[in-house]
Amino acid sequence: MLTYTIRRLLLAIPTLLFISLVIFLLVDFAPGSPMSQIPLTVPPDVRARMIEALGANEPIHIRFGLWLYQFFIVEPAYLIDSAFGTSLADGQQRIVSWQSRSPVMDIIAERLPQTMTVIGSAYVIGVLIAVPIGIYSAYRQYSWFDQIGTFIAMIGFSVPTFFTGVLLIVVFSVWLGWFPSIYDTTLRVTDFESFLKQVRQMAMPVMVLALFNAAQISRYMRSSMLDNLGQDYVRTARAKGMSEKVVVLKHVLRNSLIPVVTVIALGIPTIFAGAIITEQVFKVNGLGALLINAIYASDLPMVQTLTFIFAVLIVLFNLIADILYGILDPRIRYD
Amino acid sequence: MTDVAPKAAMLPKSLDDLRPPRSQWRDVWDQFRTHKGAMAGGFVLLFLVLFVLIGPMIWRIDPTFIDPDAVKMIRSRNLPPGWAHPLGTDQLGRDMLARMMAGGQVSIAVGLTAMLISLFLGTLVGVSAGYFKRLDGPLMRLTDLFLALPLLPLLLVMVMLFRDTLSRSFGAELGTFLLIVGAIGVTSWMQAARIVRGEVLALKEREFVLAARSIGTPPRRMILRHILPNVISPIMVAATLGIASAIITESALSFLGLGFPPDFPTWGRLLYDGIDYLQQFPERVMWPGIAISLTVLSVNYIGDGLRDALDPRIRGR
Repeated sequence: MLTYTIRRLLLAIPTLLFISLVIFLLVDFAPGSPMSQIPLTVPPDVRARMIEALGANEPIHIRFGLWLYQFFIVEPAYLIDSAFGTSLADGQQRIVSWQSRSPVMDIIAERLPQTMTVIGSAYVIGVLIAVPIGIYSAYRQYSWFDQIGTFIAMIGFSVPTFFTGVLLIVVFSVWLGWFPSIYDTTLRVTDFESFLKQVRQMAMPVMVLALFNAAQISRYMRSSMLDNLGQDYVRTARAKGMSEKVVVLKHVLRNSLIPVVTVIALGIPTIFAGAIITEQVFKVNGLGALLINAIYASDLPMVQTLTFIFAVLIVLFNLIADILYGILDPRIRYD
Repeated sequence: MTDVAPKAAMLPKSLDDLRPPRSQWRDVWDQFRTHKGAMAGGFVLLFLVLFVLIGPMIWRIDPTFIDPDAVKMIRSRNLPPGWAHPLGTDQLGRDMLARMMAGGQVSIAVGLTAMLISLFLGTLVGVSAGYFKRLDGPLMRLTDLFLALPLLPLLLVMVMLFRDTLSRSFGAELGTFLLIVGAIGVTSWMQAARIVRGEVLALKEREFVLAARSIGTPPRRMILRHILPNVISPIMVAATLGIASAIITESALSFLGLGFPPDFPTWGRLLYDGIDYLQQFPERVMWPGIAISLTVLSVNYIGDGLRDALDPRIRGR
């Protein structure tokens, strides 16, 4: 298992390098650039100096190399510096956003908590809803509960999140007035009242994402349970007189959770990317909103860095899912 | 004499027992018909397609028509549903029913075209990876790489960066259409490729392929005559599900403001435009949203039914 992990980690390096190159080339070769947004009244020599100040006049391989160096050497060094008070990255050039002229990583660190609270809790709630539903609808296959569950799950992943979001806004903010339709990022949770306020403003985005995730995970849970319920060991367990509760919740559930856990791990990075839309609907000022704004403003370093971070997350969680599968299921051997 | 008797026993006793031979597609259709959700989905989809295709021939109001007379234009703004405008009018006095029909045409066209592109790419990659051993490694690495790309952000970047150039060379509508369809197609072929590759790898070990090869069939005809017809069922299932995801992606792009130009209605764009008037006229968000959801839901149900119908292990049970 360890050699497998190491081999996969080593394989991930060229993959990630190639992905970063693809993203870089895509962003770079595209005709739209921040240079075209400099007003025409700016004299040519000033324009040339502005481009030079952004570092956009260098040939492409130098800029790509510089970006790699900054992302993999300078930024971790700054991270270590701020954590332990060392001075590894003394005055080195960081990746700087063309929009705000502040380091990209600082902005990302500012936005990350919003995304994490909303999306993280939505994912957890989605899983918590999905697993019991999946268990029960598999146990009572073709019962009315199962039929309704199947239908709701079908709706859950057919109706796009931007429509469920808007629908919830219409019902809960416009008609009932229970929840605010816009997420207030500046809210600080200090006492019980502000905590309630935070819960209320998180309710709708969490609901939208939780429904979407629960729909998918409950389907996986159901089919995985169904696979296991027909196995011989279940009959054996019943034959030795174990109670139904022990059979289903101990024997079957443990085995059925193996593929579901990997599906859950695989879903985490797609949540980050998919939440762009939900963040946009509820005006949550998280990573998705940051990416959209950077794209609108042709802020190439920001777009490049964010997309690459998403790619790293995908590769990382793919690896985690594979390793988890190997650990949980002793029948799976990678070497 | 000994081997005649069993033969005679196998013959049908009368001509009534001789049922007409049934084709494979007849069996598939019979199985498909028993799937209630798929049939309901089929009818809903048929209705929606008729609505967007035949509808404009009956409801002959130009979806982009704004009254040139300023007074009339202001009077015809934001009308509630009525006989003249069954779904009301928008903030510029354009008829919502006509816009829904026009928007549906674009959304469904985008879904179909993007699906065809991604299917073509997926089948090409899948068949070449499965059939030619030399290509298998590199092509599957490529597929894994594409699966590791963050797709929605990349789509956004692609649309944002290439929209203006393509609009200039092909016109705003056609340029955006080509860009969106191409971008969705290029970023969604991986699942189909993996499924097709798996099927081809299994097919290659079958006797009929060996027989075909032993009489000297060249690879091109091998693939077109023997391999492709046998992988058609997973491709069809992937195709239906591909339409659904392409429609969702297009409307998501339009929703983020990075889709078609503002005066060019698609369902996603109509929803996006309706958000500004959410408080006063929530129905303006509802109609396009319901249309998108119904289309995707019915297409997903049809995909479910197709998967059951095309699986010979389930069929006939």
